[in-house]
Amino acid sequence: MITVQADDLVRILPQAILAGFAILVMVFEPFLPAARKTLLGWFSLFGVVAAGAATIRTSFSPGLAFGNSISADRFSLFFICLFLLVAALTLLGSFHSLERENINHGEFYALLLMATVGMCFMAASTELIMIFLGLEISSLATYVLAGFKRQDALSNEASLKYFLLGSFATAFFLYGIAVVYGLTGTTNLLVLSAQLGRSGEFRPGAVFAWVALLLMFVGLAFKVSTVPFHVWTPDVYQGAPAPVTAFLSVGPKAAAFAVLLRIFLGAFASAGSGVFWVFWASAILTMCLGNLAALLQSNVKRLLAYSAIAHAGYVLVGIAAGRGEGTAPVLFYLTVYALMNVGAFLLVAHLAGTGERWTRIEDFTGLGYQRPAVAACLAAFMLSLAGFPTTAGFFAKFYIFRAAVHSGLIGLTIVAVLTSVVSVYYYFRLIVVMYMREGKAEAASASLPWALRVALAISVVGIFYLGLYPTDFLLLTNLAAVPLP
Amino acid sequence: MVPLAHILALSVILFGLGAAGFVFRRNIITIFMCIELMLNAVNLAFIGFSRYLGNLDGQIFAFFVIVVAAAEAAVGLAIIIAVYRNRGSLSIDDFDSMKL
Repeated sequence: MITVQADDLVRILPQAILAGFAILVMVFEPFLPAARKTLLGWFSLFGVVAAGAATIRTSFSPGLAFGNSISADRFSLFFICLFLLVAALTLLGSFHSLERENINHGEFYALLLMATVGMCFMAASTELIMIFLGLEISSLATYVLAGFKRQDALSNEASLKYFLLGSFATAFFLYGIAVVYGLTGTTNLLVLSAQLGRSGEFRPGAVFAWVALLLMFVGLAFKVSTVPFHVWTPDVYQGAPAPVTAFLSVGPKAAAFAVLLRIFLGAFASAGSGVFWVFWASAILTMCLGNLAALLQSNVKRLLAYSAIAHAGYVLVGIAAGRGEGTAPVLFYLTVYALMNVGAFLLVAHLAGTGERWTRIEDFTGLGYQRPAVAACLAAFMLSLAGFPTTAGFFAKFYIFRAAVHSGLIGLTIVAVLTSVVSVYYYFRLIVVMYMREGKAEAASASLPWALRVALAISVVGIFYLGLYPTDFLLLTNLAAVPLP
Repeated sequence: MVPLAHILALSVILFGLGAAGFVFRRNIITIFMCIELMLNAVNLAFIGFSRYLGNLDGQIFAFFVIVVAAAEAAVGLAIIIAVYRNRGSLSIDDFDSMKL
């Protein structure tokens, strides 16, 4: 019997506030004239800030809630803050693009908030069914967001592919949960880890345990787009409206990584080395294929999509090293990745112009001379994505590789370093095109709206701050890397 | 009483049929139905386990899955309608406008 106490409610306060604001946005939407829908955007931003304030309150009463199905620990609060940051940046960057594309409807903001709620629940749940519900809340919202340009054939196609492959993956995840339930009679990660801890390693004969773990891994691998479950990623990232892509490439991915950490480094940490080899193999595949395929791209959104796949590979290296070294490098990496990827996609969204016409790499020719500040911003994101020193991308990779070396994963580290050298080529192609070619950049039309300027300033400052003074934030990630689940 | 093995076998067969249909069918509505088939195979497994373990949780999970599947159907069919209005086709082969 579950009784709800005041503490329970405090421990889901951020999610509750976000959900409340999402509902209010839907209520207000019909009463606002079409030209003033941006007000709803500011209202949603206020909601995100309020939820951020609520996380501070929640952090004062950490613990389990709702019959041990939600855990308000430092790990989940860290992820909730990350999701709120991503949502806020996306909101700031999307006002102008939405108006430009004539899709400035209140539903966008409500769906964005609901997707964030789902992600927060994914990171905070210690109950597999609750994780599944969070996954579905965020997925359903993002399926619609991907197809938000309803009249646009590419956006439709992106939405359809995301929906079909996403639900396909969810079914695998769910079957994994069913098998776990059948084997142990529980789906609570805390109970599971206690049971498994008692019985030690999985028995080799326990085929069904492996089936369960593999099914859950496949389901989550789709969400974080690791090879070979990445096929939807380039199409969806290219077809979805660019501000939505900024959100998609970071939010649901980080949430799925949070779940991977909780399940595989938390509850099933005692599952032995088989799981480790799954991560090892998929990290190698993802890094190689992501980086090599990115070399061939001519569309910037598609290039960034393959780069996003490659970055998922580096995070997997961090998870493979995580059994010995803890989750702090992964948390650091995900934060840095969020800053630089959201920034890059928002900038591309702006530069692409009405109807997102100019997304080929050649469209950026000579941008460095026509719009020096904008080009410098984009160059900073590219340098950080490539992992150059003084940018946060460098330290993010460095901590992951160091953790991998400390755990004795020399082969994996070598592959990671080599592939990140390869990645420099395609990130630099954009910089070369912007600065070293004469030409009139098609993608240099309108001036930057100030909301977008704020979002970009936050990302750029964040990248250089974490690149020059990473120690403070590293301490924070070490605090957040509590023993899971 | 039907033994657990039979229920699980049926569930696995349904799940496999759904997955195979997802890969090999060309009509979007059929593909969508295959996904629903997979979700229902999961429900069957949950209920079978629930009866075997004498523990009601599994049946409650099945309810959750049914609710989520309904929400998914609402969103999915809306997406399919939008797609059909734009393209006038429901064959998955026509959706290849984004390639390398």
